Amino acid sequence: MSYKIRLLKDRLSANIFLELSLFSILTVVLIGYGLYYKSSPILQQDTLWHLLSSTEWKPFKNEFGFFSYIIGSLAVTGIAIIIALPLSLLCAIYIAEYAPHRIRQILVPLIDLLSGIPPVVYGVWGVLTIVPYIGDHIAPHFVDYSSGYCALAGGIVLAVMVFPLIVSILLEVFDTVPKELKEASLSLGATEWETTRKVVLKKSVPGIIAATVLGISRAIGETLAVLMVCGNLPMIPHSLFDSVYPLPALIANNYGDMMSIPMYESALMLSALILFVIIFIFNAISRLILYRIENRS
Amino acid sequence: MTFESPHIRVKDLNVHIGGNHILKNINIDIPDKKLTSFIGPSGCGKTTLLKTFNRLLDRNKDVQIDGQVLVDGENIYGKDIEVTSMRQKMGLLSQRPFPLPMSIYDNIAYGPRLHGTTKKKELDVLVEHYLTATGLWDEVKDRLNGSAARLSIGQQQRLCLARGLAVEPEIILGDEPTSALDPISTQKIEELFLQLKDKYTLVLVTHILRQARRLSDYIAFLYMGEIIEFGPTEDILLRPKEKLTQEYVKGYIS
Amino acid sequence: MILATLIIAGSLLMILYTIASKGMQSLTWDIISKVPEGGYYIGKGGGILNAIIGSLYISIGATVLGLVISIPVVLYVNIYAKRNSWLANITRLTFDVLFGIPSIVYGAFGFTIMVYFGLRASLLAGIITVTLLVIPILARAIDEVIRLAPTELSDATYALGATRWETSLIFLRQAIPGIITAILLSFGRAIGDAATVLFTAGYTDSIPTSLGQPTATLPLAIFFQLSSPIEEVQNRAYAAALILTFIVLIISLSAKYFSKKLSKHKI
Repeated sequence: MSYKIRLLKDRLSANIFLELSLFSILTVVLIGYGLYYKSSPILQQDTLWHLLSSTEWKPFKNEFGFFSYIIGSLAVTGIAIIIALPLSLLCAIYIAEYAPHRIRQILVPLIDLLSGIPPVVYGVWGVLTIVPYIGDHIAPHFVDYSSGYCALAGGIVLAVMVFPLIVSILLEVFDTVPKELKEASLSLGATEWETTRKVVLKKSVPGIIAATVLGISRAIGETLAVLMVCGNLPMIPHSLFDSVYPLPALIANNYGDMMSIPMYESALMLSALILFVIIFIFNAISRLILYRIENRS
Repeated sequence: MTFESPHIRVKDLNVHIGGNHILKNINIDIPDKKLTSFIGPSGCGKTTLLKTFNRLLDRNKDVQIDGQVLVDGENIYGKDIEVTSMRQKMGLLSQRPFPLPMSIYDNIAYGPRLHGTTKKKELDVLVEHYLTATGLWDEVKDRLNGSAARLSIGQQQRLCLARGLAVEPEIILGDEPTSALDPISTQKIEELFLQLKDKYTLVLVTHILRQARRLSDYIAFLYMGEIIEFGPTEDILLRPKEKLTQEYVKGYIS
Repeated sequence: MILATLIIAGSLLMILYTIASKGMQSLTWDIISKVPEGGYYIGKGGGILNAIIGSLYISIGATVLGLVISIPVVLYVNIYAKRNSWLANITRLTFDVLFGIPSIVYGAFGFTIMVYFGLRASLLAGIITVTLLVIPILARAIDEVIRLAPTELSDATYALGATRWETSLIFLRQAIPGIITAILLSFGRAIGDAATVLFTAGYTDSIPTSLGQPTATLPLAIFFQLSSPIEEVQNRAYAAALILTFIVLIISLSAKYFSKKLSKHKI
């Protein structure tokens, strides 16, 4: 092959590859813009503040208040993180600092497998086990009646779904704490647990925050698994055992039916936009924190 | 010290990496078909200087290179230079051997294939020739299609040398090429370098003074990004003029 | 600590146990090998072959399309661009952020572009939307292996007079096990995702014969059947969930296997 053709190939590939790279960066902008464009009609009709703070959701009267859906999303996400964070943290500490090599080798792939299970399967599992258990055994102790399809069920299913994400990021973060630092602490007479608490955890605070934020954004955007177990009634929940209706479920349940009402589509796109913006910001921040940790090590 | 027609001539070379002044006003002539060694303590810039010769350095961000490197009288940092063909003139032997992820045969044939030799018969001849030249032929002739990664590290380094020779370079750059090798493999590589001096211009970075003494015709001593002294091997090692060189050669600084 | 670990590991086993025990009860050969017959959704005969095939089409299509886009980008970032250049960092951040964007947002966005280009809900629209979902997965996984390949490898090829394109080919060869792992990861994610195909792929009882036709998918087959009031149909949802879980587990396990097994020539 002649030298010129080789150089030509090189330049041609460089151009195409560069364009593809720029295009993929542009995707983020395109998604944001596309959703904004679609939701602009409703933003012209009402102020954003009104949309976010009103509980009135009457598509046929052109009233779209997202407040109960936002509360729904916050409720399931909050419950999920409250359950998942301490458990994941303890689990990650165990795997990183205490578990014998062989157990570690079993646990890490097992947790990876957990992350591969499709959301809909989590949903089926939730319907089969969590929902009836809450309805029959837990809720009766606290409230008169609950079907089991409630905020708590959504939170538990979500917690199980974010375990693998948080644990795997935490393991990476703990890995960046220099071994010498731990050895120094141990050789000063600190116990294993003191070392973990005062050296490893202290050094990992930004990483733990980043993992939590990533966990939150995963939970807040999860659709099908939550939709299947949380009841989907648009109201402000008064207890863990009330139904909630998170934003992603709102989109998934109503898309397709809404074509007859023009503002309806716009409202649903706005909820997608809200999710996109929140998750974009959360992800960007936590990734930047994680990059910094990576560079430090 | 200057030569009339050096193979490489470095003129007023300054290199900054990320705001640090790594190489300061380097001027040096590398003579044709001789072995020139760069010695000096680690971090003195000797590897950086070597990497400016085939422009591998400017692949990094934050690298600023000023000045000229003339190879056969042509500035390789000039505007119209074709980096790819320029690099082909220079073989590189790195600290650790890096065989390409393919068979022994394909490792040697990789360069010639790129540059237009595709006939199996010609390639066979080339592969045997260069493997013989590096003393590997008898050791690997029965497993040419085996993975190069399975060779011992010393064999891998000789394979890398053979691979580099197969693109017919004029200059061979060695960046501490024996630092990962055992004494016997080191000796083999050193013997090869001595043989190659007849045909190629060799530039060797080393931190082993005895190696520099065994192999080189000329030695440049670098310290903190500057060339402190450059001259024939005996002069630098036995009769250094500069105080820093004396201290380094005696082992006071390292 | 050990208790926390047991809860997390136990939840996985519990999910698998629940799905397996429920699913086995109603899993029959008919479900795997037949498309829905008349009256299927009120409990009559047939199976979900349409959804299995549809999901395979979408996952394969999206993974292939995703590779065509992600491999060049990863090569550009690692080999063509300077190390740690501004563009490389921005691209990495972009993929990391896109990785976190939920599939419902991709679904909504996919639907808007579908409407914009006048496409109907179809196999093609489904593939395009799922491609958006898998590109970051593929790019991140491939980037990880290519970034970790030693820089001396590129030094070596450049010193032999190779161009960046030729160097890229060597890096790809080096990264084959990683690329296979990435493909499996992406395939597993694509086949299990419901929210992306909910509005874009449609749903039908027949197996699609062209890109323009709508198609059923496994996750949606589970979802729709589970919301049926008829117990017979619900039970089939469990069987479908078992099939999906089985496929995904096989994929994850083979991904594990490949990521451990190094290629023959890898250094």
